[in-house]
Amino acid sequence: MLQGWVIILISGAYLGVLFAIAYYGDKRADAGRSIIANPYIYSLSLAVYATAWTFYGSVGRAASNGVGFLPIYIGPTLMMALWWVVMRKIIRISKMNRITSLADFIASRYGKSALLGGLVTIIAVVGIVPYISLQLKAISNSFEIIKSDNLEIIRAGQLGTVPILGDTAFYVAMLLATFSILFGTRHLDASERHEGLVAAIAFESLVKLLAFLAVGVFVTFGIYNGFGDLFGRAADHPKLAQLLNPFGGAAGSFASWAWLTFLSMLAIMFLPRQFQIAVVENVDENHLSKAMWLFPLYMLAINVFVLPIAFGGVMHFSNAPVDPDTFVLTLPMAERQEWLALLVYIGGLSAATGMVIVETIALSTMVCNDLVMPVLLRMKGLRLNESPDLSGLLLGIRRWAIVSILLLGYLYFRLAGEAYALVAIGLISFAAVAQFGPPIIGGIFWKGGTRMGALAGLSAGFAVWAYTLLLPSFAKSGWLPLSFIEQGPFGIALLKPLQLFGLEGLDQITHSLLWSMLANVGTFVTVSLVGHESAVEHSQASLFVDVFKRGGDTSGVHLWRGTASVEDLQALLGRFLGPERAHEAFVAYAQRRGALMPQHLEPDADMVHFAETQLAGAIGGASARIMVASVVKEEELTIEEVMGMLDEASQIIAYSHQLQQKSRELEEATAELRAANERLKELDRLKDDFVSTVSHELRTPLTSIRAFSEILHDNPGLDAGERGKFLNIIIKESERLTRLINQVLDLAKLESGKAEWHVSELDVREVIEDCINATSQLFRERNVRLETHLPAAVPLIVADRDRLVQVVINLLSNAVKFCNPKDGRVAISLHRHPDSLQVDVKDNGPGIGARDQVVIFEKFRQAGDNLTEKPQGTGLGLPISRQIVEHFGGRLWVESEPGKGATFSFTLPLAASRAGAAGAAAEKAA
Amino acid sequence: MITPGIKGQQLVAVFLLGCLFFNYPLLSLFNQSGTVFGVPVLYAYLFLAWGVVIGLLALVIERR
Repeated sequence: MLQGWVIILISGAYLGVLFAIAYYGDKRADAGRSIIANPYIYSLSLAVYATAWTFYGSVGRAASNGVGFLPIYIGPTLMMALWWVVMRKIIRISKMNRITSLADFIASRYGKSALLGGLVTIIAVVGIVPYISLQLKAISNSFEIIKSDNLEIIRAGQLGTVPILGDTAFYVAMLLATFSILFGTRHLDASERHEGLVAAIAFESLVKLLAFLAVGVFVTFGIYNGFGDLFGRAADHPKLAQLLNPFGGAAGSFASWAWLTFLSMLAIMFLPRQFQIAVVENVDENHLSKAMWLFPLYMLAINVFVLPIAFGGVMHFSNAPVDPDTFVLTLPMAERQEWLALLVYIGGLSAATGMVIVETIALSTMVCNDLVMPVLLRMKGLRLNESPDLSGLLLGIRRWAIVSILLLGYLYFRLAGEAYALVAIGLISFAAVAQFGPPIIGGIFWKGGTRMGALAGLSAGFAVWAYTLLLPSFAKSGWLPLSFIEQGPFGIALLKPLQLFGLEGLDQITHSLLWSMLANVGTFVTVSLVGHESAVEHSQASLFVDVFKRGGDTSGVHLWRGTASVEDLQALLGRFLGPERAHEAFVAYAQRRGALMPQHLEPDADMVHFAETQLAGAIGGASARIMVASVVKEEELTIEEVMGMLDEASQIIAYSHQLQQKSRELEEATAELRAANERLKELDRLKDDFVSTVSHELRTPLTSIRAFSEILHDNPGLDAGERGKFLNIIIKESERLTRLINQVLDLAKLESGKAEWHVSELDVREVIEDCINATSQLFRERNVRLETHLPAAVPLIVADRDRLVQVVINLLSNAVKFCNPKDGRVAISLHRHPDSLQVDVKDNGPGIGARDQVVIFEKFRQAGDNLTEKPQGTGLGLPISRQIVEHFGGRLWVESEPGKGATFSFTLPLAASRAGAAGAAAEKAA
Repeated sequence: MITPGIKGQQLVAVFLLGCLFFNYPLLSLFNQSGTVFGVPVLYAYLFLAWGVVIGLLALVIERR
């Protein structure tokens, strides 16, 4: 078998390759030509999710309960579909606020609370340390197995006898600490990105996938003859047969399957290493979309051969006490495939080291920024506020954090390593980080979540997690009496940690997750709803929740008021980032705002915010806030002032509404103006028509007068009869001309409203009788009979007597003109309506066609054809009459059918009902 | 390119479909003995459904 030194040499060489890749990645990044800026590297680096737990542990779990390991990988696949909605938002928020860790994210969301950041860090460290120790255990185990050629289970008891200095795991831990320090804390960077590291992680992901696929293919097609053969034999195996239909049996209930899926959905986002890779190390938000299907594909690929290897192992080692967790390694070894076994060992090493490195870096950032720094900065005695350069201190804290976390992991491994199988430890860590789900998911979609709510929820969830998972694991490790699990604390059965409040029938993880989520979400929501948030919390909440609405623009949203100086801010930044970096950052910022040098800028809220975000990248949001506050004389905003700002904002909204209103009114006015203009044009055209018609009408009589005058003038010898006849025509035409001119003037006066009205109360009966007398001569001449139907008495009306006479005479003379020439009959009648009087003048003439009934009321228009028939009037009588009647509030109209005569009617309102209208008309006239 | 809103909705739909695939009661239909091309029904179903979900994700994301 392989010699120990060969294995050490190859392991060292492999780690050397990793160093080289990371070094190359960092060099390229410094040169500005990133090798990780593509979605494939991003997807591969996300596969840091698959740890030694996946590499070795999945097979172990599959060997005991069939498909029970799958939810851990199906959950992330489902979650990936939601990443477009959830993770894109988290990445955008983090980039805008320079968030560099989970603790920073939660602390920033809830008003940059240092307390909350510290709590998250503690939960993360407590939850993750066992998980790290699990990786160390995997590396050490696989090394021992491959070195000693001993396939059987290595007990912790055996390892415990090895002194620390002779223990592989200890050296592995220290080697990994070195790697993490070299590539994770090389220098302080505001964005906290580690390109070389990501490149190395992506490479490791590739190696572990290839190694696992290689052993899978070897087992399935080398040892057995394909899937059919393998599964066929498994069906005959007494132990495996029951694993083929595991639900309700080995894999537990459907409920625990669903809860495991849910748990891994949260884990893929909130494990510190996943957050580090997916959010902090993300180069471009758009890489997310390809990773959303490439990463699930990776997990599908790495899981295809899990069952075949597990079944193959169980059948192969049915009589030997070999730990199923090591089947991946022991199967090739048992088949004497040394190089394949070595490849598997390297694959397992990749899986474990990748996880440990990223996890410790993520945790060290959290420990430094959210646990140690806030405390140090608050200790006035240390005078940290006056130290000129703190970047060395920051790096130092992180390096010590990395070493401490790895040592803690190693310690846990030494003390409790064998208490659980790999999978059980992994799930306990998953359940711990799942507690971050409610404050983060709630925080980015719900503005109402408060700092107190998040604190209470996290504490409650963490407490329940510790009680139902962590303490029982201590008890099983022998650190607590077993009676704690079996009888409950102090013998209280209701408080048994594995059957809390008597809830039975669930597996341990489901049970713990159910209670802790209930406590977490319940407390978070309740406390948030009951309490109220401060101004800072409120502004941070809307910054996070509405991140897409702001379109990347953070200016103008800083609720800040105070005084600062540019020099102070730059010096502050210099102390953490180094003076040169700080200077560069400030110059770039000034140029972005259109100034040559930062000194030319007013140190306003925007600049303070800029400095704070830069600082947040290096030392976390909560610490950055404390530091900035130390150089800026900030006046705390009271809630009233924030309300004032909101008022201003709502006033601006109101103004803009008013503006919209005004512009709408303007548009309406424009439309009205346009209509009025159109109407004016129309009137102008009508006036032109009128003038030309009038001149035409005037010229007709004038022409005949002139013609007959010339005849008389040129022929002095004309006989007396002829002369008298011609003179008669001249007189008649002159009269017509006069009448025409009078009427035109009359109409003009009426239309322009300049007519004089002599209004008085009058009796319409009398008016009609006067008119009949005035026209009696006309009736006699034409031999037309007139019938009158007048009531004995009617109420008085208010009108101009002469004008009314004009109307009635006009109607009567029209009736005489157009009635039947042989048997002419005209009837005039007067009726009383409730509020008006109606006068009808009926003739028995040829009647008026429907078309002409409208036309006759227009100026110079008469019924019939003007061109062929001789006009029988001026064509102005009816328009004038209508004007007069309408002036007094009445109506003039005609009813007629051709051949049946015509009836002209008009109404006039009674004096009482017209009083109001008359008043209005008088006002108008005035 | 599809608008982000539509894309988001399609992805949520894929998520819901996945939830349906990998939960009771659909899962219980395949929790039975028998094989498809030598592979137990339940395993064949799980990996097939998994592949379908990934395929749908790729389809939604890569379609322009």
